[in-house]
Parts: sequence; C-alpha cells; structure tokens
Amino acid sequence: MHPEKQKNDFEPKIIAFVCTWCTYAGADLAGTSRMQYPANVRVLKFPCTGRIDPVFILKAFQQGADGVLVSGCHPGDCHYIAGNFHARRRFAAFRKLLEFIGVDLDRLQFSWVSAAEGGKWVEVVTDLTEKVRAMGPMAEFKELAMEEQWSGAINTSELKEAYEAI
Amino acid sequence: MSRIGVFICHCGENISRTVDVERVALEVGKMPGVAFSTDYKYMCSDPGQNLLKKAIQEQKLTHVVVAACSPRMHEKTFRKAVEAAGLNPYLCEMANIREHCSWVHENKEEATAKAIEIVGMMVERVKKNRSLPAITVPVTKRALIIGGGIAGIQAALDIADCGHEVILVEREPSIGGHMAQLSETFPTLDCSQCIMTPKMVDVANHPKIKLYTHSEIELVEGYIGNFQVTIKKKARSVDEDKCTGCGVCMTKCPQKKIPNKFDQNIGMRTAIYVPFPQAVPNTPVIDRENCTMFKTGKCGVCQKVCGPGAVDFEQQDQLIVEAVGAIVVATGFDLYTINEKPKGSAIKGYGEFGHGKIPDVIDGMTFERLASASGPTGGKILRPSDGKEPKQIVFIQCIGSRAREKGISYCSKVCCMYTAKHTMLYHHKVHDGQAYVFFMDARTPGKSYDEFWRRSIEEEEAVYIRGMVSRLYQKGDKIVVMGSDIAVGVQVEIEADMVVLATAVMPQKGADTLAQKLGISYDKYHFYSEAHAKLRPVECATAGIYLAGACQGPKDIPETVSQASAAAAKVMTLFSKDQLEREPIVARVREAGCVGCFACKKVCAYGAVEEKEIRDRQGNLIKVVAYVNPGVCGGCGTCQATCPSKSVELDGYTDEQIVAMIEAL
Repeated sequence: MHPEKQKNDFEPKIIAFVCTWCTYAGADLAGTSRMQYPANVRVLKFPCTGRIDPVFILKAFQQGADGVLVSGCHPGDCHYIAGNFHARRRFAAFRKLLEFIGVDLDRLQFSWVSAAEGGKWVEVVTDLTEKVRAMGPMAEFKELAMEEQWSGAINTSELKEAYEAI
Repeated sequence: MSRIGVFICHCGENISRTVDVERVALEVGKMPGVAFSTDYKYMCSDPGQNLLKKAIQEQKLTHVVVAACSPRMHEKTFRKAVEAAGLNPYLCEMANIREHCSWVHENKEEATAKAIEIVGMMVERVKKNRSLPAITVPVTKRALIIGGGIAGIQAALDIADCGHEVILVEREPSIGGHMAQLSETFPTLDCSQCIMTPKMVDVANHPKIKLYTHSEIELVEGYIGNFQVTIKKKARSVDEDKCTGCGVCMTKCPQKKIPNKFDQNIGMRTAIYVPFPQAVPNTPVIDRENCTMFKTGKCGVCQKVCGPGAVDFEQQDQLIVEAVGAIVVATGFDLYTINEKPKGSAIKGYGEFGHGKIPDVIDGMTFERLASASGPTGGKILRPSDGKEPKQIVFIQCIGSRAREKGISYCSKVCCMYTAKHTMLYHHKVHDGQAYVFFMDARTPGKSYDEFWRRSIEEEEAVYIRGMVSRLYQKGDKIVVMGSDIAVGVQVEIEADMVVLATAVMPQKGADTLAQKLGISYDKYHFYSEAHAKLRPVECATAGIYLAGACQGPKDIPETVSQASAAAAKVMTLFSKDQLEREPIVARVREAGCVGCFACKKVCAYGAVEEKEIRDRQGNLIKVVAYVNPGVCGGCGTCQATCPSKSVELDGYTDEQIVAMIEAL
C-alpha cells in the first residue's frame, strides 16, 4: 500500500468541544450564513469551556478521534465570568501531559471563536481537518483501546474489592 | 429500559434538501433504546408538536430526541411540548442537523451520514438524562438602567410608571445623552430640546426613580432577579443636597476657556459647570483637571460665592451597592472620529478628509450644535474658523460606514435622514446658500422618511450628487472638494466654505469593558448582541439583562424609543411574578465523595460554593463538605472539571452524559 495514497483517502474524525455561548453560536452563524466546511467535525456542546474535563479529550482520542478541537469565548468574554480562563490554564498544563504520553500536539487545537465569528469557525475547522488529514490516522490510542478495552465500569473483582474498601 | 422517541424535522426543505431524512429516521430506528422514529415536515409547527405529544403518550416514550435546528432556536419549544405530554422537559434533547449539518454541507451522502451520527450521539446522551425539577428563586422588583439618553429615560419612565423602583445610572454629569445635543429631529423637525427636556424633568421628579449621574458601573454580581450592582459615584465636588442650581459659581469661575464636550468642543465652558443650561440634575460639577483650585491649590472662588455652601473640594468618589432584579443596558453610541484611529481597533482612520486638521470640516453632531438655538452660536450656522456664514456647504455621507476596507461594513442608518435634515436647516437659516450632498445611496425606509428626503431636494434645493469624494484640501479660506458624479460620469470640484461629514455611528467607548462586567456578548464592532435577531431583539442571551437603543446597533429616535419601551415591557414581565423559575442546570455535590478541599470554591466565579458541616446525631463534626447554592450557581461546570475527587456534578452536563456522547462516535 502507498502510504501517501492512504493519507489522501483518509477521512479524519474530528471532535469539537465547544461552549454554548460563543463557539456553538458561532457555528450556528456559519450555518445561517450558509458557509461550507468539511463534514468531518462532530460538535459536543458544553455550557462553558470551564466544564471541559481533560479526560474528555483523552476519551475522544481513545474512541478514535483523529483530531480534537476545544473552543470557547475569547478571554474576557466568558458568559460565566472566568470559565475560559480556568480552561486555558488547565489545557496549558494538559498539553504538556499529552506531549509526554506521545500525542502529536498538532492533533489538538485550542481556539477562541466568538458568537460573531462564523467565518473563523469555518476556518478553524477546515484548517484542523486538512492538517489532520495530512497527518494520517491517529493510531496510537486506537491500538491501546483495542488492548485494554478500558471503561469506567467496575467489572473486575480487583476493582470491586478496591471500591468496596473505600 | 429507555423507550426513546426520535423526531426528524425536514424544516421545509432546509434540512431535507441535503439530508436524506427518511434514511436518518430508518437508521436511527435501529439504534438500541429507540422505540419510535419518524420524520415530519415542520416539527416546530402545531401539528408537529402534536405529533410529538401523541407519540409520547401512545408509544409510552421515556426520552425524546428532536433532530432539527439549533437548540438555541427551539430547545425551549420542544421541552415545553414534552412537558405538556407529561414528561420532564429535561428528558428531551435536540440534535442540531440544520445549522451544523444541512446548511454547511452540500454532499447529500456525507451530510446524511453526519446527521445519523449526530442523532446517534444525542440518543446515547438522552439515555443518561435525568428528570430535573424546576428551581425557583425570588425576584427583586427593582430595575437598573445603564445610560440616561432617550433610551434609558424612556425605559426608566415606563418601568417606574408601573410602580417599580428604577435606578438610572449616567456617566455624564447630566442625563439627556445625544438626543439633548440635537437641534431638530427628522422627519417632523421637532425641536429636540422641546421633546426631550420635559422627559428629563419627569425622570428627576419621579418618586420611583433614583438618579445617579456622573456615575459608572463598577461591578455586577448575581443573576436574573437577584443582581448586586456596585455603582461608582464620582466626586462632583458639589453637594447635591445643598446646591440650589443658582449658577453663581459658574459666572464667577475664572477658568472660562475649556472646550465643552456637549458642544462638540466648539463652545466654551467654565471649570465648574453644567454641560448645558437644561441639564438634569441642574447641579454643577467641577472638572478637576482644569480647575485652578485642584491644579494649584489657590482660587476657591466658587466656594466663596456659593450661598448655601455646597462646593466641597474634599468630596471623594463613593461606591454604592444596589440590589436589582433586572438590568436594561442603554449606553448608546458614539461617532467615529476620523482624525484619530481608535486605540487597538482594526478600523483605519480617514485622514484624507482633513477632519481635525481643516477647522471647517466638521462632523454631523457639530453641525447639530451649530444649528441648535441653545448652541454656541445661538443657532446661527457659522464657520468655526472665522465665524463667517458659509455660502456653499458640502455634506458627505457614508464616512466610515459601508466601507469594508476601512473596517466598518454596516450602514449607520441615520445619516441619510439627518443629512437631508441638515440641508433643510441650512436652507432655513442661510437663504442664499447652496447645499451639496455626496451620497452613495439614499436609504429612507420609515414612516414619512422618503417624503422628507424628497422635500430636501424639491423644496429646499439641495443638490444631491451620487458618488464619493476622493480628496479635500484647503485653498485660501475655501475647501476644495473633489469627487465624482457617477450618474453623469464626470468629475466634480466644489469650492466649499464648510464641509460636514456624516461619520459612522459606533458603540460607546468602553462598551466591551461594560459587557465583560455584565457578562453579555457583543459583536466585532462592540455593539451588544441580542438573544435572537428577530424573535428576541431586546433580550441579551444572559437572562435578566435587556438592551435598548443604539448600543445594540445604529438606530434613530423612534426605533430607540420603541425598543426602550419593549425592554421595559420585558422587565415588567419578569417583575409580574414573585418567584422566578430558573433552568435547573446547576452543580450538585455528592457529599459522600467530597473531601472538603474546596478547589471548587476557588474556581467558582459566582461565589456559589458554601461550606457545609456534617455532624452525627450527637452533634460531633464529622467533616466539612462543599455545598452549591442552587440560586447563585451560574451553571458553568468549572467546579466539576476541577474537582479532584469527581464529587460535584453539573446537572444536564454530567460526565456520564458526555462520555456517552463521545462513545457514540
């Protein structure tokens, strides 16, 4: 198989975690303005970027996402006063961790898209999709997931024992 | 076992044009847990909602997913329908297959596949949804109005006349705003002062209105029905209770040559001043930057001549906290200053029109002051440079507006009409003068507006030239205006005595800072955003905050007044109940897991996290845990993402729900 061809044929899966007030509204604006962008992105709505637990990003990669986008209100514009600042700090630290465990940071993008920036939403999504398409599928986590079949359920006797001991 | 009903909307053709809705319904119907799946032309219509209600009852559905437009559009509609059918409204979710799918993709195959995934994601999410009981909070029936222009005044009077207390905060020493500056108003040529000042007096005399002038909003805390607002009352240096408004201080003040902002800096004022004679309140204020007493420590003439002893040089800024239930933002507009670029702005200046350099190139508001009977020239149109009457005057429209390359793409809406008015005022005052207008388009929608514009041409003999001006320059005491007449296709050169530029309407400076204090959103020009362009035009997305006037976009007076009354009606709707139902999207603490580290308390922007002691039957303290006050919680969920022991959960956005969505992909 030609690795190049494989990359071009590949349709990346992009998961976007967005806040409801700015970026979700910005994506709505892109829709009402009938702008066009690749159909690879799936949007998950949160009240605020402050609600986004880094675990969700790991979970997304584990579930086969090839790229993850986190986007909220511009600094200072948070509907919840300061949620995006907490998110910014959290993700600044989280990126270090991701780098450490070997995730290419180009697969994870943070951006600020306001409710008025339908065009920017299109740009961010298109750029990330094309970038990830060029990078090829995210193999590392998928393999791990196959090996471990990790889930939140307490389904082994060791786990049950440990849980009951709490 | 959940029995989920999925309803796919065609939205006329908006969705079905690019998404094969029948196939989506078919595929989704096979998903585990889905008991019923169908598509319909207009789900939001009455028959659509009835279909939903009927299906819930007949199919004994436990959860509902409506795949249609954005939840920002119709989530409330469908949750209400679900509630009417006997389900908890929070067991209904919307899958956005219009704004996020059908409208942004063209390939039907791709769009259909995406729609199926989006719906599948919401099916998995809704399985984990719990019934959420409504939360009620008390409503403080007092309103805060920010801005004392015509919008703020109208809203204040409407609310106060209904018997509710109103707090009106104005940054300047007097209320009145820009409308008080205008000479006459289109399309009836009413004198602005004559229709404005009685309203200003009504505000001052109204027993239910508390007026804070020369004051600004410092801090806004709380939420709909229960805001705490800190107001900074700047030192006036004059005791408002003692001052009788006699004005002796102003006549005796030795500093007489300070440009008056109210007169667009062409008139002069003293250091202790009221911005204009009809000011409300009629209490002077000392401009500390220009006052000799504050600059050198010597003078104090005003204090000596003041009979009641109202002048107080020691007065300090005061911080006042007021509790209100609703806020109306009516901060209005500012004009584009073309000689300087606003700081940090993407907007380019208009140096080529010589504004700020050539003294007889003025903006529309300055012309208003010249034409105003109470203005610096007493209503005579005189050139600022030499005080002569201009015999040839050129008006140029769309300065800043509709010029994408200069950074502003919108139409300022009022300039066509006020320029027409200016040509009339000019012709009434300078009978032998000639007015020329350079314009791109004349936009005159509005009752009696086009007739008014035509009158300026047909009766008042203004010459309208379609085309833009390329250059302006001073030649002797004339200003040469070079432009093109695109209707005839020739170059035009006019030697004018005065040039009036219709500069763009922009939001007030500092509009973004105020928005950040209020937690409301604004567009790229810093105009405040309404919750819905058509259906919720006076409400902000932030509950309990309403918009009136030009702070939301360029507006003329009739529109501003209507919007102010509309905002007042919305406030009164809120005040009609003693208790308010709020969305139960709040954080809850699982006390068994909480270790009392209070990381949540540190990140909570609302101060909603309290410490709760858990004691045994003997009253011994077992541990201290976090407690989230559901009335104060804003529902952002930052605490949940922060909690190290995962002991706090945001209802409606639990980890379970989100992980279920991710796993569905």
